Amino acid sequence: MFQVRIHGRGGQGVVTAAELLSIAAFLEGKHAQAFPSFGSERMGAPVVSFCRLDEKEIRLREPVTAPNAVIIQDPTLLQSVDVFQGLNSDGFILINSTRTFDELGIADFVAGFPAHHVCDVGASELAMKHVGRPVPNAALLAGFAAISGQLHMDSVEDAIRQKFPGAVGEANVAAAREAYEIAAAA
Amino acid sequence: MTDETALQRVKFYQTGTHTVGNRLMDKARRSVQASMDRSNAITSGHRACQGCGEALGARYALDAALRASDGQLVAVNATGCLEVFTTPYPETSWQIPWLHSLFGNAPAVATGVAAGMRRKGRADVRVVAQGGDGGTTDIGFGCLSGMFERNDDVLYICYDNEAYMNTGVQRSSATPPTARTATTPAVGDAPGNIFGTGKNLPLIAMAHNIPYVATANVADLHDLEDKVTTAMDIRGARYIHIMVPCPLGWGSAADATIHVARMAVESGLFPLFEAEHGRVTRSKKIRRRVPVEDYLRPQRRFAHLFKKGQEDTERIARLQRMADANIERFNLLGERETP
Amino acid sequence: MLKQTEGSQAVAEAIALCRPEVVCAYPITPQTHIVEGVGALVKAGKIENCEFINVESEFAALSVAIGASAAGARAYTATASQGLLFMGEAVYNAAGLGLPIVMTIGNRAIGAPINIWNDHTDSMSMKDSGWIQLFAETNQEAVDLHIQAFRLAEELSCPVMVCMDGFILTHAYERIDVPSQEEVDAFLPPYDPIQVLDPVEPYSIGAMVGPEAFTEVRYLAHEKQLQALRRIPEIGAVFKDVFGRQSGGLIHSYRTEGAETIAVALGSVNGTIKEVIDGMRDDGAAVGSVSICSFRPFPLDELRAALVGAKHVVVIEKSLAPGLGGIVASNIRMALRETAVPVYTVIAGLGGRPITMNSLREVLEAAGNMRLPDVQFLDLDHGAVEREILRAKQTRRAGPTAENILRNLGHAAVAGND
Repeated sequence: MFQVRIHGRGGQGVVTAAELLSIAAFLEGKHAQAFPSFGSERMGAPVVSFCRLDEKEIRLREPVTAPNAVIIQDPTLLQSVDVFQGLNSDGFILINSTRTFDELGIADFVAGFPAHHVCDVGASELAMKHVGRPVPNAALLAGFAAISGQLHMDSVEDAIRQKFPGAVGEANVAAAREAYEIAAAA
Repeated sequence: MTDETALQRVKFYQTGTHTVGNRLMDKARRSVQASMDRSNAITSGHRACQGCGEALGARYALDAALRASDGQLVAVNATGCLEVFTTPYPETSWQIPWLHSLFGNAPAVATGVAAGMRRKGRADVRVVAQGGDGGTTDIGFGCLSGMFERNDDVLYICYDNEAYMNTGVQRSSATPPTARTATTPAVGDAPGNIFGTGKNLPLIAMAHNIPYVATANVADLHDLEDKVTTAMDIRGARYIHIMVPCPLGWGSAADATIHVARMAVESGLFPLFEAEHGRVTRSKKIRRRVPVEDYLRPQRRFAHLFKKGQEDTERIARLQRMADANIERFNLLGERETP
Repeated sequence: MLKQTEGSQAVAEAIALCRPEVVCAYPITPQTHIVEGVGALVKAGKIENCEFINVESEFAALSVAIGASAAGARAYTATASQGLLFMGEAVYNAAGLGLPIVMTIGNRAIGAPINIWNDHTDSMSMKDSGWIQLFAETNQEAVDLHIQAFRLAEELSCPVMVCMDGFILTHAYERIDVPSQEEVDAFLPPYDPIQVLDPVEPYSIGAMVGPEAFTEVRYLAHEKQLQALRRIPEIGAVFKDVFGRQSGGLIHSYRTEGAETIAVALGSVNGTIKEVIDGMRDDGAAVGSVSICSFRPFPLDELRAALVGAKHVVVIEKSLAPGLGGIVASNIRMALRETAVPVYTVIAGLGGRPITMNSLREVLEAAGNMRLPDVQFLDLDHGAVEREILRAKQTRRAGPTAENILRNLGHAAVAGND
């Protein structure tokens, strides 16, 4: 089983990101279970969502405490939430930022992980460029696919189109493609 | 037989009671209670008290609704006297389909029945919901307001006897000031129910902008029937508030029900009016105005106002001012051209 | 059709496939997505001949359903938590009137203190209302149970609650096989009421019944539940014929052959329990589990047969009867009343507290080692409650317990960071 935890803020599409991830996995014939950190959080509050991926039925219902990957939609959370809690030492880290790990103040920490497991992508900027709104989840999902190898880019694109039919979906796909290139090259 | 058309021209009223003789009415407006093929929503044998205003009001209201719907009528009932006295297990007085669920949910249940009938292709079946003043103005108020607000196709009839009679005469939000009930005893500095409380449900119903609101009274059964018939011609939420004296709770004689009910109207304490979409369209004029004492004296629930040698003139005057305000507000003496 | 979707959305689609005629809605977390989903389908014209009524309270929601059902229409609503309590009077009434309404409960705790997260206190509060109560283990089963619920309700003229864990199931995005309209139509015949408001054949429904007949009426309510005990497995078998999968039934046993310790639970926690059982079995422990799908009627005989061979029965339950302990455990004890099998109560997952594999394994191992008390609160913060008990002893005006506990935990967190 591969477990992902997504950190962001209310309104950023944190829950949607986990759902997208699960749809992409489903399209590849995998079992996937996405669920939010249940609560009544308002816009801007720190929010967490989870996604489990497996080849067989997922029966487990406990929260993800030891993720294989964390996706951080808002780097300001690095100062307030222990976003890396329980992360495996060979886990994956994807951060929505155009700044370097040094600038983010986590260079020493990420040095403990395999280099190609750690990546930051300016997903909000890509979303602004392609979608016109700073909704980073589609681009981050592509970044996750690129660094983790858990998903094919084709299924990521199909999942985005399924969740956001029409022009919005295509714009998100464009953002995702660019993010994929950046992450794959990193 | 006398010629009918001649009778219509002459307006004879029986002096003393103000009751219009049935013979003197237009044939279409004659009371049909004596007819072999009259509608009969609530049949005899029920367990209402002698002189029960609710039994009379409900029978006339439901029969009028039954006629207006060509017999395609369902009644929903809140818990209360009407429910208890018409269905002593294993008997029932209801000759129409009838559903009792709870004390506080009759309007919502009626909404469901109407929706169900529509979905079953029976939109011709009309729904009347009914409750006492407790079930309507207090415990069922939320559901009633919801039914009004959605403009559901239900005629809701409140039989108002101004207290919880089924449980032994406790105060409701329809109990008038000074009235003695089991929970507002006639003791202390402010005996009976106090002033400045209670709610006027017809006005609240009007505030929902529903198509039709009316008040009626068992002293004028033709007027009551007319209002039910009018209401049944309309689709959407409709509300009729009928004053029904309760000899037990009011301490009035069983044979004085009609008299007391008429005094409520003639004094101005219970205005008869109709309203459409939130505006009063018609009020029934008082034929012979009486002081509120004429209404209050026959009822033991107001006896503390009339103790020998120490009449409570202050509170009686306050009740009179309430009646005067009604007369002014609803133009009950016909002093203005518009209602 | 297989799809990756939210539990609530899948249930909404299942309800639509059951061709409801009147649906009443009032929002309450975590059930709301279901009625939103049904409402959207009605508004889009995807459900033929259905009215979606936005009411002013849960009490009205079920009351509208009562009226619609009595008029012969297939009626549905959903609620949770405080909403179920607020409609409580109508819950009993619908059962007493024998109206086959189907209602989803998105299980949630009951306040005070207010809490929006999952446990089973809401459904448990209505366990003796006369409704059939079915608990879904997965979202697939939630979908399937709703389809079975309408058939069961309408055959017996008895209302059915389908209980699914709030958030854990309602908000989980998973692979679900949503059946086709043809399949559901083949399984679920149109509603043919045994009593209906009809001017041609007028009934009085809901008359007062006195001491001379009330016991008999109540006996028949019990008898109806006993009929359901027979019909639930039969309907489950028919369902399997039509849809090709096992769903519903009275109980599900998991690896109970030769098991010395058996865990018993309702709802989604059974998934986590199965993972624990597999892990412990791999390590050589003789453990198994039983998931109760039908809590009302309560399958005494089936549970006895499933549990009688065990040395320890550990009931993991998401509700608490203060002053007694476990509600489900008390019922299980009745199933095992003529045996010597000890039944332990583990109160777990209250108000959304996660039930983890580690904690479950600990209690199952403790039971096997005879170290489990009769009533255990899983992952209870003993320090916090002891500090509060002490504080309340020291001062009469101790203030509100819930706020004190929170403050206490806050201090503890700060102290821990030092």
